[in-house]
Amino acid sequence: MIPWEELEPLRLGSLKFDPAWLPQLGRGLLTTLEITALCIALGAVLGLTLAVLRVYGRGPLYWLSSLYVQFFRGTPLLVQLFMVYYGLPSWGIVLSPFASSVLALGLNTAAYQAEYFRGAIQAIPQGQMLAARALGMSRWLAVRSIILPQALRLVIPPWSNELILMLKYSSIVYFVTLMDLMGTAKRIAASNFRNVEVFLLVALIYLGLVVAISALLRRLERRVRVPGLGGGAEAEAHH
Amino acid sequence: MSDVVLRVEDLHKRYGREEVLRGVSFTVRRGEVKVILGPSGTGKSTLLRCITRLTEPDRGRVWLEDVEVTGRGVDLNRVRASIGFVFQDFNLFTHLTALDNVRIGLLKVKKLPKDRATRIAMEQLERVGLAHKAAAYPAELSGGQQQRVAIARALAMQPKLMLFDEPTSALDPELTGEVLDVMTQLARDGMTMVVVSHEVGFARAAADELIFMEGGRIVEQGPPEALFTRPQHPRTAQFLKKITALYEGGGALKDER
Amino acid sequence: MDVEGLLILVKSLPALLQATLVNLGLLLGLISLGFVVGVPIALLQVYGPAPLRGLALAWEGFFRGVPALVLLILFAYLPPKLGWGLEPFTAAVLALGCRSSAYQSQIFRGAIQAIPQGQMLAARALGMSRWLAVRSIILPQALRLAIPGWSNEFSSVIKDTTLASAIGVVEVFKRASFIYQRYYELAMPAYLTVALIFLILTYGGNWLLGRLERRLAVPGFQLRGADARTQAQAQAQAQARASTPAEVAR
Ligand SMILES: Nc1ncnc2c1ncn2[C@@H]1O[C@H](COP(=O)(O)OP(=O)(O)OP(=O)(O)O)[C@@H](O)[C@H]1O
Ligand SMILES: [Mg+2]
Repeated sequence: MIPWEELEPLRLGSLKFDPAWLPQLGRGLLTTLEITALCIALGAVLGLTLAVLRVYGRGPLYWLSSLYVQFFRGTPLLVQLFMVYYGLPSWGIVLSPFASSVLALGLNTAAYQAEYFRGAIQAIPQGQMLAARALGMSRWLAVRSIILPQALRLVIPPWSNELILMLKYSSIVYFVTLMDLMGTAKRIAASNFRNVEVFLLVALIYLGLVVAISALLRRLERRVRVPGLGGGAEAEAHH
Repeated sequence: MSDVVLRVEDLHKRYGREEVLRGVSFTVRRGEVKVILGPSGTGKSTLLRCITRLTEPDRGRVWLEDVEVTGRGVDLNRVRASIGFVFQDFNLFTHLTALDNVRIGLLKVKKLPKDRATRIAMEQLERVGLAHKAAAYPAELSGGQQQRVAIARALAMQPKLMLFDEPTSALDPELTGEVLDVMTQLARDGMTMVVVSHEVGFARAAADELIFMEGGRIVEQGPPEALFTRPQHPRTAQFLKKITALYEGGGALKDER
Repeated sequence: MDVEGLLILVKSLPALLQATLVNLGLLLGLISLGFVVGVPIALLQVYGPAPLRGLALAWEGFFRGVPALVLLILFAYLPPKLGWGLEPFTAAVLALGCRSSAYQSQIFRGAIQAIPQGQMLAARALGMSRWLAVRSIILPQALRLAIPGWSNEFSSVIKDTTLASAIGVVEVFKRASFIYQRYYELAMPAYLTVALIFLILTYGGNWLLGRLERRLAVPGFQLRGADARTQAQAQAQAQARASTPAEVAR
């Protein structure tokens, strides 16, 4: 264990960075990562469902899913979070700050992910579905075993962006008293008035996280890449 | 069981105002090869798709052996699994290797165990001369190779009937030969086939009967030699003359192969 | 919600709408700042000499990598420390504007790179200097191509103006929170009203931008229509090269 509390503060001009902040920020960071992971997972499941409904659904299934996407993309995330945390209780639904945050962020990212998934599904040439049906596959089997495996590969770049965006947007959960990285920083700064130093540090932490996660996701994309699917130039299928 | 494999009766299809099929009827017997030709936009592709109801016909009936494909409550996926369909633009599944393309119908539709599916798939790839490309993705194959994999994919399902929709027209001239060779061999092996194609050489060598279509109707049908030498209908004569000229023009190029 | 609640809500509607003007002011300020800074950043990234290009990329990387809330707080507290007092509104415009400049530069860079090489070549062959060619040939085309991406940026930053409440700007979201703090049972209707205001603003704004796009359309030069496919592909590929496809924020 590093004795953070005993280390000398780092001074840069009039700025003073205290190593004692680090363990607290570390705990906040864990909450940030937890919320990001959970809301992204919730958003992926819901978003994929919405996308499939918007592409293949008919009647109420189609327009309900479209309405959902338009509502959540057309209104601020902050308002959505407050509707869940402060609004739902008046309807008798009381959720903890953590659950409210995951739910609000998850519902929100679902709408965006749905659009990415839909774009990817619609980018798959019609002939793929046709050939699958000609082989005797049901529509649903064709979607599962032919369309989605291709669409999911195409969706990785926009989906990576979405993940990083949610990592950054998760900072709004401090509005509902959650001690994530942002909330912890607020608390530290409130006790010592060193807003600039604390938030410069926090900016660096977010920045480092964004860079690291982007690199990881690019590796994932390369791992699952298939010749002829996405990746620009190779997209020219034949000749 | 009679030896009629496919019977098409009075098929009609319209898109909006345009009547694409206006009463098409014909039958195909076991082992027979029919080649359909006709100008662009006369409904040849629509006809093939209506046979397996990939496009829903407005009127008319289709039988595959003694199953009415257009009948109520028919298991369409089963019917389609027993009809091979080869597309003009191949439509190989982009994310699957050649082997997986051939295997996927066996695994997911016929639900065969993996080892058996693999064995059958490899046999079919062998048959089209592409066993050595089993691990290649479609984008890594030439057009001719892709189309041969597509044929293997259809053959692996052990179809009662193969439908080909202009299988070589998306290919560079020097690549059509390898696909036509596979098809000719297939015809010799006794496969029942309906082929939309303007390849005169293939029609002469492999077809039992030519069907000339125009304006959503069958204008004339008969044995290839009869149609080529003494067509009854002036439109048939005109069209065949045109494609024969084209074919002979391109012939020199083909022989260089 | 009973009649009384409805009445309170209706009575506070003018205040909400007035506060919405603050959001629109923020929007106007930040998107203009983002444009004015974003275009040069994009040009530097594509045409600039190595050190400046690196600087432009670092600018983009920093402002895209840090959450808006963190930027807001830095812009609220850093200038006073340097002896430069700022109104919360100004600090918010600066923070969100710099952030938007990063996203906008990415959009413009994609558009610039989607213009076929031949355009530059033909301009230089006419005797234009590089800078003149960029100004009179490349940019007019690129800015048109950028409209769809720019509409996306518009829809996201307009929603992000609510974040300015974190440094004390009283905009519509903050205003709605005042209602809720006095009548807690009105939380849902109050926030739904704010949501409705934003639905109208985003979709109304997008509609206007769509019209603008059609007005500025040049025959043979649009993403929709005749050779839409090749154009769209070119743009998609340019964006893929930049390896940073357009992001949409909340
Ligand atoms: N899905 C569709 N919707 C509307 N019209 C269609 C559709 N599919 C085909 N058509 C029209 O039906 C007509 C016949 O098309 P079809 O593809 O069957 O002709 P074809 O004989 O195969 O022509 P080609 O030799 O060019 O392949 C064409 O005029 C075409 O425009
Ligand atoms: Mg056709």
